[in-house]
Amino acid sequence: MIRTLLSGDLPRSRLLSAVLVAIFVALAAAPFLFPGTRSLDVAARVCVFILLAASYDLLLGYTGIVSFAHTMFFGIGGYGIGIAVARMEPSWTALAVGTAAALLVSLVLSFLIGLFSLRVKAIFFAMITLAVASFFAILASQLSGVTGGEDGITFRVPEALRMRVTAYYVVFAGCALLFLGLLRVVNSPFGRVLLAIRENEFRAEALGYRTVIYRTVANCLGAMAAALAGVLYALWLRYTGPNTTLDFSIMIDILLMVVIGGMGTMYGAAIGATLFVVAQNYLQDLMQLASGALKGVPSFLQFVPELLHPDRWLLWLGALFVVCVYYFPAGIVGRLRR
Amino acid sequence: MRVGRFDLIPIVVLAAVALGALPLVGSPSTWVTLTVAGLAMGLLVFIMASGLTLVFGLMDVMNFAHGVFIAVGAYVAVSAMKLFGGTLSALLPAMLAAMLVAGLLGAFFERVIIKPVYGQHLKQILITTGGMIVAEQLIHVIWGPELLPLQRPDELRGALLWGDVAIERYRLAAVAVGVLVFAAMALTLNRTKLGLLIRAGVENAEMVEAMGYRIRRLFIGVFVAGSALAGLGGALWGMYQEAVTVAIGAQMMVLIFIVIIIGGLGSVTGCFVGALLVGLVANYVGYLSPKVALGSNILLMVLILLWRPQGLYPMGKS
Repeated sequence: MIRTLLSGDLPRSRLLSAVLVAIFVALAAAPFLFPGTRSLDVAARVCVFILLAASYDLLLGYTGIVSFAHTMFFGIGGYGIGIAVARMEPSWTALAVGTAAALLVSLVLSFLIGLFSLRVKAIFFAMITLAVASFFAILASQLSGVTGGEDGITFRVPEALRMRVTAYYVVFAGCALLFLGLLRVVNSPFGRVLLAIRENEFRAEALGYRTVIYRTVANCLGAMAAALAGVLYALWLRYTGPNTTLDFSIMIDILLMVVIGGMGTMYGAAIGATLFVVAQNYLQDLMQLASGALKGVPSFLQFVPELLHPDRWLLWLGALFVVCVYYFPAGIVGRLRR
Repeated sequence: MRVGRFDLIPIVVLAAVALGALPLVGSPSTWVTLTVAGLAMGLLVFIMASGLTLVFGLMDVMNFAHGVFIAVGAYVAVSAMKLFGGTLSALLPAMLAAMLVAGLLGAFFERVIIKPVYGQHLKQILITTGGMIVAEQLIHVIWGPELLPLQRPDELRGALLWGDVAIERYRLAAVAVGVLVFAAMALTLNRTKLGLLIRAGVENAEMVEAMGYRIRRLFIGVFVAGSALAGLGGALWGMYQEAVTVAIGAQMMVLIFIVIIIGGLGSVTGCFVGALLVGLVANYVGYLSPKVALGSNILLMVLILLWRPQGLYPMGKS
């Protein structure tokens, strides 16, 4: 049963299984285990970012392409229901229309970008996506009549979703289902071809697989999964805006999650996202303490508390990222599977 | 349309864009102002982008952290201008300091970050992005997260008036520096032995190695020079905007990528024409319809790629 659910892709390590089960149980029982607004919020973010990182891993880890436009699709999802609900009334119809529109826009856009730039080098694709994504972010903040500009859109959700716990379980279930769906994709024959392309594109092409088509389809699937993550995130926040979805720093966050967790395994994305979001919310408190405790250091060491300043937490994760790319390309999951 | 082996059509397109904008803009004096502004912006972007495209052409390395050198150059210029008193005579030392620090950082970057990942594109993108995250945070640690003002020297403030044509002095200075850098670069690449080796390396690196030249050493030199130019460009650009934040690098990176894609990855000539094209179009469109201006660069890139999928001056490497 579990084997079928996980599409035959078991964690293959006792430690890894334990960690994954712990994450799953903690998220499934979050409203009871960690009462309080902040911790429930963190749990919901973890869910959404697990899905987002997993969908990014489909591109980065499985297909071997670097896209900087993943937050754009995340944003399209958020804006999709944001705009639909703000224009119509807070009903299920509006949510469905918004979600469908977001999926359609993501599909068309990712298809166009893929067709345009996936034929050439990985670097070209990365550069094009960076340019398009930054253009989209400017567009969203400038077209204030539609998108609410820098302020974004605050909207009301249907009656049934007003309870925080209900909303949480909708987000949790949606993310879990989509995560299993992605696991299904990467363990299908289609996923095997993606791996083959990542390992040796020339040989995959020689074996008769049209690599452009496979890459484009993977790109579209990743984009649509990201859009759905954006929908769930906006549902949870009841808000969508450039800073919660489109910001380039979120793109960097996703990259950190996937690489630190481990590229090329969906479980890596899950662990990376959990670690990152928890660190984002609680590591800063810890650094505040450390930084405060070191206030009394002699003046020539003044930079030490500055390095531990709570705003500098990205410095340490960035360093961890570089170390991971060099020495542990398989990330945390690779270590745990040893 | 060719002169010898040189393809003139992109230059004609550039001229056509500039002249075609004249009837659209209407008044000739406004057109002159916009054209100078566009050229100034284009030349500054060229200074920042040229190193990146050359490094790619020579060694097939794309440095996504190039923006950090721009930001570092701008921040060093802030500190140096403060140190030397902010007058016109402080400008040259500030520019040199920006180039020196950015160049040293570039050397460090090449040795430590990029060297282990030659030939692996995916890892290059990841590792240079990681380097960018760390370096941006270190800039925060050293200079603080606030926006810093970067004043131009008094002599470069205000505008020159010729009849009803008004041109900002700083833009003229930027054009002068840009033309100087381009001339120096063109001379080095086309008239010296070093330039010959670099061009040969872009064409066929293995063959240059086989002739007994160390392409790696050449490459480090180009990388450091490119980083130093990015630092210079950052200093000039910061002064152009009269303010510096750490985001300056990331913002310029998008523009630089567009420019080198338009020009053809690896081509310095293409980078030059592409930068001028982007600068001019951004200024004309910004004047004619500010709403469209945001998308003008992307639109330009799409149009150029539809016309020449490998960029204006294809290198025939991808």
